[in-house]
Amino acid sequence: MDLSPILISMKTACTAIFFTFFLGLLVALITVRLKSEKIKMVLDGILTLPMVLPPTVAGFFLLFIFGQKRPVGIFLNSIGIKIVFNWTATVIAAVVIAFPLMYRSARGAFEQVDENLIFAGRTLGMSEWEIFWRVIMPEALPGVLSGGILAFARGLGEFGATAMIAGNIAGKTRTLPLAIYSAVAGGNMEEAYGYVAILVVFSFVIVVLMNVFANGRRKGRKHG
Amino acid sequence: MSLYVDIHKKLGAFSLDISFDTDREVRGILGASGCGKSMTLKCIAGIVKPDEGRIVLNDRVLFDSEKKIDLTPQQRRVGYLFQNYALFPGMTVEQNIGIGIRGAAAGQKKQKTVEMLETFDLTDLAKRYPGQLSGGQQQRVALARILAYEPEVLMLDEPFSALDTFLKEQMHFEVQKMLKVYTGDVLMVTHSRDEVYRFCDSVVIMDRGRTVEQGEMKELFAHPKTITTAKLSGCKNFSAAEKRGDHLVYAKDWNVLLQSTAVVPDAVQMVGIRAHEFVPEKTRPETNGFHLRVYDVSEGPFEVSVRMTAEGNDPEDDRRLIWWKTDSEAWKGRFRENMPEYFRAAPEAVMPLTD
Repeated sequence: MDLSPILISMKTACTAIFFTFFLGLLVALITVRLKSEKIKMVLDGILTLPMVLPPTVAGFFLLFIFGQKRPVGIFLNSIGIKIVFNWTATVIAAVVIAFPLMYRSARGAFEQVDENLIFAGRTLGMSEWEIFWRVIMPEALPGVLSGGILAFARGLGEFGATAMIAGNIAGKTRTLPLAIYSAVAGGNMEEAYGYVAILVVFSFVIVVLMNVFANGRRKGRKHG
Repeated sequence: MSLYVDIHKKLGAFSLDISFDTDREVRGILGASGCGKSMTLKCIAGIVKPDEGRIVLNDRVLFDSEKKIDLTPQQRRVGYLFQNYALFPGMTVEQNIGIGIRGAAAGQKKQKTVEMLETFDLTDLAKRYPGQLSGGQQQRVALARILAYEPEVLMLDEPFSALDTFLKEQMHFEVQKMLKVYTGDVLMVTHSRDEVYRFCDSVVIMDRGRTVEQGEMKELFAHPKTITTAKLSGCKNFSAAEKRGDHLVYAKDWNVLLQSTAVVPDAVQMVGIRAHEFVPEKTRPETNGFHLRVYDVSEGPFEVSVRMTAEGNDPEDDRRLIWWKTDSEAWKGRFRENMPEYFRAAPEAVMPLTD
């Protein structure tokens, strides 16, 4: 069994989640603070789009932006950054597709923080910075982290957009989902079983870890 | 020590338009839910910004729409006890109390926290988290946290609404104790006349975002001038009214002419009589007499409520019933078996009311 898809997938997922996590968190914070409900709704629609569109459509848009004959692609090429059909593209695809999960979870977590806690912090003289780190973040953390874990898992499983923009180059852009597809297409079922097993076990462990973490935290609050 | 408030705010169809001032006292803000009481406190705290007006606390302008002054909540030094206490769930009792102690050196902060823990009998709970505390304990932590902050005005938003009856009565004493220690102004928002009566020197009556009446609490409760005040102070019986003389008013719903010690205003709309004020009589009284027939009875542990139909009214009409309340001893001993037909309401008890 070729181990390179496993390594490529892990590398991609780990790099992608770094960007997804902080980007999603930041954008969630900005949207929560927006005053205008209308702008909020439109922005939310755009930011959620990659999650509801077929990944191939998202991939199509990515090609449209980063394609070698498009302005952005030409510019990046001129400074020596190659995107399309390179490993970087697998990361971009994973970030774009997993971003809405992170953003929505984080936004939900922030919105669920009891407003009165924030007001209480203010009337008690706490600075906005202090309120954010000592009140809002601890309250929102479980939701933010579970969003991060979900986004990681989604990035790991990304197929459609990756195929569109990164292609399926063995040893370079062939992630686990693409390797499974290729193995099955080539009638190589044995190899496919191996990859599938790895992906299933890994995803399952992630979700269980997430639950353990969320539960542990809740218990610590109530009884510990 | 004084607080001056005069604010206007529009929120969709609702508009808040309230003004009052306090001077070293416990002032109640009494009104039905949704009348804008909490909104008023939030404006004073700086959580909500009024459209127009002025808020002055101890000669410090907190808000002035004309001069474009709008201090942040952090600068206002007001203590706000939230209905749900708003304790920080991720901090221990000790940390919650310490968070508001500002500017003091670390050593003093520690000392002050310990002091507050002792005052509110929380020393044993210092390391616990709010989620591990009972409602009463949570309230004590919230009070300790506010007092440790040393605010210039203390605002209590429905402080007992989250507690069950038993705890509520216990907390009445705790809060009373605290109010004795605290020297600044206190504003207590509530919909309960009972709480206003227990804690407040004076009261502002609010209805649909407006100040209806304000003044010394006992005086206002004894002689309400408006229907809202009478209702909020617990009056149960209201009848549409017509002026018939300076001290004479006709109660249309009860078909009686009533004498009142109060001057009947030209704009009188209703007349109110408290349920306790009806006195049973053996024969038809010459003035302020009622001939009533029992409609139904509700027996409580200490008090019995009887609803009655006035002479000349349809016995099935339950909109114009007269409430009479008597203690259950008297009810069991005398009235249950031998229900009086005639009642009298003293002229002092007849309250002519305007809108």
